[in-house]
Amino acid sequence: MSASDQVRECDRNLPDEVQALIGTLQYEEVAEFPVERGYFWTSAASVENGNPLFWDDAVADEITDGPVAPLMLLSAWFRPHHWAPGRTVEKLPLQIHFDLKARFELPEAIMTENTTIFHEPVRPGDLITSAQRLVSVTEELDRRLGTGRFWIIDVEYRNQRGELCGVERWEGFGYRRTGSAEREAQ
Amino acid sequence: MTSLDQVQVGDALPSLSYDVTSTTVVLGALAARDWRPMHHDYHFAVERQGVQDIFLNSPNQGSWLERFVTDWTGAKGRIGRLRFKMRKPIFPGDTMVLEGTVRDVSVDGVGCGWVELDLTIRVGDVTCTESEAKVALPTSPDDNPWQRHGDDWRP
Repeated sequence: MSASDQVRECDRNLPDEVQALIGTLQYEEVAEFPVERGYFWTSAASVENGNPLFWDDAVADEITDGPVAPLMLLSAWFRPHHWAPGRTVEKLPLQIHFDLKARFELPEAIMTENTTIFHEPVRPGDLITSAQRLVSVTEELDRRLGTGRFWIIDVEYRNQRGELCGVERWEGFGYRRTGSAEREAQ
Repeated sequence: MTSLDQVQVGDALPSLSYDVTSTTVVLGALAARDWRPMHHDYHFAVERQGVQDIFLNSPNQGSWLERFVTDWTGAKGRIGRLRFKMRKPIFPGDTMVLEGTVRDVSVDGVGCGWVELDLTIRVGDVTCTESEAKVALPTSPDDNPWQRHGDDWRP
């Protein structure tokens, strides 16, 4: 299942090893910690969201059978800790995004679009498993920020019962800055 | 709380205006566990990324949109699908304005009421983010979209 049908035209001359990854499920990982409610409040507070589902247990019990996470926290559950004991290499979320940056030698990147389909609510104590799938990579294009490629990656999230919680589709733009873009920034 | 029978195509959602600060950006990024430096390190954002300042990260923009929609729907409103395309970054010092209109109202084959919304986040005259949301609303006082699961939930 995909989150959006809108896909930029894929580069028909992708290197074989990149082409082979399109449509392949990668990086299936269990979250580093169970879903915790403190993040619900931090997230809601960050956007001053007073939805009583997040602040009033009686409302949450009545409407959602108990507390549920703000929907857009979905990707937070697969973002690794910034540091962990024994870890010598930085662990990154959306690893395919960083793999593509490295493969195409594009040092900078931004995310340009997100589409998320929400299914079963995420609840405190859930242990979320995520898996990533490369959907497409464009040829090199010139944009205001520089020259680079757009790519689309789907991330699927399931809880510990295997129920689908959501599917995110990310579009990113990996690029190298051009002379004009560098001058523009100064 | 908003119910489906109260909504018509063309209705406008109450707009939301918010003055973005560096705290807004950093708090939003950390709340989403997004440690990437362009959302907290001014020098990285300017010197490496070529933008004017740190800027709102993607999940936090989504969280602003989620809040904007559910401010309007009330707690029974359940977002099924949210898309947003970020055309220009949103920086500290910007006053962002969230606006939305109803594009479609429908009931699906299993009786779930849906509203489709066109949303924007603009700064001044510039549309920074374009968005679409599909949100389920109660079709009657007894209906609750959050009680839908499996085949009864078709976002």
